[in-house]
Amino acid sequence: MSVAADRLVAGGFFLLFAFSVALAAEIPRGERRSGYAFMGRETQAMQDDRTTNPGMLWVLEGEAMWDRKEGAAKRSCAQCHGNAAKSMKGVAARYPAFDAKLHWPVDLAQRINICRTARQRASPLAYESKELLALTAYVAAQSQGSKIAPPSDKRLTPFRSAGRDFFNLRQGQLNLSCAQCHDDNWRGRLAGSAITQAHPTGYPLYRLEWQTMGSLQRRMRNCLIGMRAEPFEYGAPNYVALELYMMWRARGLPMDSPAVRP
Amino acid sequence: MERTRPKTHLLRATRREFLRAVGRVAGGIGLISVVTVRPTSATPDTMNKAIRGVIGEAPVRTGKITLDVPALVENGNAIPLSVSVDSPMTEAAYVRRVHVFNEKNPQPYVATFHFSPRSGRAKVSTRIRLADSQKLVAIAELSDGSFWSDSVDVVVTLAACLEEPR
Amino acid sequence: MARALVNVPTRAKRGQVIEIKALISHPMETGYRPDINGKPYPRDIINKFICTYNSTEVFRADLHPAISANPFLSFFTVATESGTLTLTWTDDGGQLYVEKANIIVE
Repeated sequence: MSVAADRLVAGGFFLLFAFSVALAAEIPRGERRSGYAFMGRETQAMQDDRTTNPGMLWVLEGEAMWDRKEGAAKRSCAQCHGNAAKSMKGVAARYPAFDAKLHWPVDLAQRINICRTARQRASPLAYESKELLALTAYVAAQSQGSKIAPPSDKRLTPFRSAGRDFFNLRQGQLNLSCAQCHDDNWRGRLAGSAITQAHPTGYPLYRLEWQTMGSLQRRMRNCLIGMRAEPFEYGAPNYVALELYMMWRARGLPMDSPAVRP
Repeated sequence: MERTRPKTHLLRATRREFLRAVGRVAGGIGLISVVTVRPTSATPDTMNKAIRGVIGEAPVRTGKITLDVPALVENGNAIPLSVSVDSPMTEAAYVRRVHVFNEKNPQPYVATFHFSPRSGRAKVSTRIRLADSQKLVAIAELSDGSFWSDSVDVVVTLAACLEEPR
Repeated sequence: MARALVNVPTRAKRGQVIEIKALISHPMETGYRPDINGKPYPRDIINKFICTYNSTEVFRADLHPAISANPFLSFFTVATESGTLTLTWTDDGGQLYVEKANIIVE
């Protein structure tokens, strides 16, 4: 699973869908709501109370990791970034961001791994591992309440466009696009579960269905499998492009990580 | 690793293509599983036997104990449950134990909570898992040897799209 | 290393009934969940929780697989004296997880 092969495939993917696909109607700005609004009272209460929110277990773990010296450089996050409440405030709200070295956008978890390998000279943390989720959760928690603010960095535009095209693409054996559920049918239900607008305001989050903490990529894979489409590998640039678009779609909504969702 | 998106998605799949695709991939992605429920094997009878096994032949009355569970839950994995018993919690009159049972999980026990006059209040909250819509029963054992019960019927909705075949 | 989140008031009045909340990370593997081949993952749950207050047991819970993953418990106790509340979780393998919290009672 080489990065170069991923890039080649993603590049081909972008070229294939350079032309805009017919777009479903975007949700009017005033009607946009986070997934929190679609949950039952009890699940909302589980999220609101920091003493009962299971996601806090990962945030606490991440807080401990923040001060831990890691890697050949024996450096902790704190040594460069100081007090996370100050230095990381608003960061998760403006990710994914463009990485100048890679010439590609990266999400928060990838950014953390880039720091680990380049600055701490430690091995990268595995996707969906307890450690990576913990550190990502800790950083994202510092943006709680911050309004999602996608950067206006022009280098992100082609990737965001590709993400939008993917969102509107009918795919899989069910021939469904993300937009059909999340733009067109968010007032409805799918087999007893509310269809939300799919705004990534709360990631990483504790999903009751998983009985554990998980990333946005895990949730996207869940959807792709549900649509009977082939899910990409973890870390695929396609997920980052989609997240770029979804964060733009959710611009202005407040972050609420660590969220709890059914 | 080569991941190329197949071209068929650009066209609307014909019914024949769709069925062929289903046949090809059904095994791997579990397309065939339409209704999946988590393993259940207990029955109301099992639950009653379990209750009698724990509290013996003593008579059980309704009242004093309140079992608080939402009537409809979004996900069976983390259902908030609260149980409280109306009791002064003094040396003279207190709650010894509260037992919680379920009807349709693979086994009928949920938890037993032990109290004492030091508890101050006979109230506990936790989160439980239910495999399917079913009845929950809570039984309080008081210091005077009496038993009191409450029950709730819970409807459990399962997730629409499953991550993996179950 | 299971991470736990414990909530005990730092101060209370003598005789006051206080609420204690305890959350611990644990998969609470039921023993009924099938893997990709249909074979159930072996059971591994926290089966007992005990809270002692300056060495006197004030609350105990026997837990079964029906308790959710990352188990949460909230219960009450009377603030009798200053000291330490010790929360101990025991799993099927006999492993103990212990958290302590101090309280000042005036």
